[in-house]
Amino acid sequence: MTNVADLTPAVERELLPDRGRPGRLAQRLWRYVPAIALFIMALVVWEVVCDYFKIQTFLLPKPSLIAATFIRELPVISLAGFFTLREAVGGFVLGCTLAIVVALATSRWTIVSEGVMPFAIAVNSTPIVAVAPIMNNWFGITNPVAKMSIVAVIVFFPVMINMVRGLTQVNANSLELMRSCAAGDFTVLVKLRIPNSMPYLFSAFKVSSTLSIIGAVVSEYFGGSRDALGVYISQQAALFHFAEAWAAIIIACIMGIAFYAVLLIIERLVMPWHVSMRAVEN
Amino acid sequence: MTDQTPVVSIRDVSKVFDLGGNNRLQALANINFDIFPGDFVALLGPSGCGKSTLLRLIGDLISPSSGAVQVNNKPAHQARLDRDYGMVFQQATLYDWRTIYGNVQLPLEVMNYPRDKRMARAREMLKLVQLEEFGRHFPWQLSGGMQQRVAIARALSFEPSLLLMDEPFGALDEMTRERMQMELLSVWGQTNTTVVFVTHSIPEAVFLSSRVVVMSARPGRVTGVIDIDLPRPRSFETRESPRFFQKITEVRECLRRDEVKGASS
Repeated sequence: MTNVADLTPAVERELLPDRGRPGRLAQRLWRYVPAIALFIMALVVWEVVCDYFKIQTFLLPKPSLIAATFIRELPVISLAGFFTLREAVGGFVLGCTLAIVVALATSRWTIVSEGVMPFAIAVNSTPIVAVAPIMNNWFGITNPVAKMSIVAVIVFFPVMINMVRGLTQVNANSLELMRSCAAGDFTVLVKLRIPNSMPYLFSAFKVSSTLSIIGAVVSEYFGGSRDALGVYISQQAALFHFAEAWAAIIIACIMGIAFYAVLLIIERLVMPWHVSMRAVEN
Repeated sequence: MTDQTPVVSIRDVSKVFDLGGNNRLQALANINFDIFPGDFVALLGPSGCGKSTLLRLIGDLISPSSGAVQVNNKPAHQARLDRDYGMVFQQATLYDWRTIYGNVQLPLEVMNYPRDKRMARAREMLKLVQLEEFGRHFPWQLSGGMQQRVAIARALSFEPSLLLMDEPFGALDEMTRERMQMELLSVWGQTNTTVVFVTHSIPEAVFLSSRVVVMSARPGRVTGVIDIDLPRPRSFETRESPRFFQKITEVRECLRRDEVKGASS
């Protein structure tokens, strides 16, 4: 019998990453300093240029004016933002749910995949907001469902295509391993294909979160409830109230970032094992 | 040994891959040999000689074009359904989303073992490969050698009678590789498993196995079977013994004989 104690891989243990070392937080925050500095500099330059060249407010309002307007209009634009966010998130959930169901079906029955995928790719490359006026006619111009449907259609295809990719692009040895255990199709789906598709799915979610805000706001430009952010922006712009329009754009921006951030947090909770998480930890 | 019924029996097996059009590749031609209980058989040959294909035929991951593969006295297909063998690949092929415990338990989950039995087995297997402290780690936190040990633990978790290994140490550096070979022999000594081990390293084949099946390419066929009667347990001293070098020479000549024949034909 070989003395296995001699073989204990002590060296290998030293190679293990050191988790949760202190002092990392300060280091990480320090990394954001250049970005913040650049942002403040840009605002200062903007302000100075507007003053110096006497740029008129209806062309480009000064940051200080936008900020003041933002605070003054906050009760109105935050409500409008909330209204639009509801459309975006509703459409997002609807579109993603459908996309996941269809993706699972395509992975189960190849005939579905062969029938659906060419159309999916074709529709994915057409500008879907272009159908907004039609949706407005179908569901009624003030009905949030009209906007949700547009958002749902926009997010459907990237999510579905990515999910199908994740379900099918499985490591050959991983499949052989399943086969060697005589695992059935359903087991392979649950234990291999679905977990394998998670990184693909979340990258599609993140892209779709911004797409869904864009989709909701832009489709409101074609008309919608007076409570909506897109309607507010287009009306204020039509009245040359550009500071108000900019303030509303800031709200849209905050919504987009918040949506993205929420998905990022969910991703970290769902996939603590994923490659993209390692960089954060190391 | 010969009075026992073989674990693996390969009779007149050929495999032709259809590459589309008129392109056909004869990967294996007329393979015949038996593997007996407790054997450690190395399939040795140059790249493209079909040794991995042969391993996959034994495991019923592909089927032969002609001939028959029997595992434990039944067709390979039935043996796969009966979960008679565990599989180890060149890449550890651990599932990233599972902890080390989770990975070792994967075959047991597929086979519907109860939860407490799964955990007990996983602990036992990790102890066998010296990784009991790493159960809650994720695969990426382990080095290549450690990952491959987990793969071995996973393959043995359900106590298969046969362990199929496809160049399992091929991606490791030489030092890790030699240590892994020792560990594999130690694990093999503690279980009643029969091992089929694909490699293209002559010293590895000689050091590990009780028999080396020497193969040649285009089409893949068996050119010789060499018994390795080096004493066990094998150790670091084995590698320096004259018998070890003699056996290496014998295997090398067997490989070379075939090359010379191939060149003259």
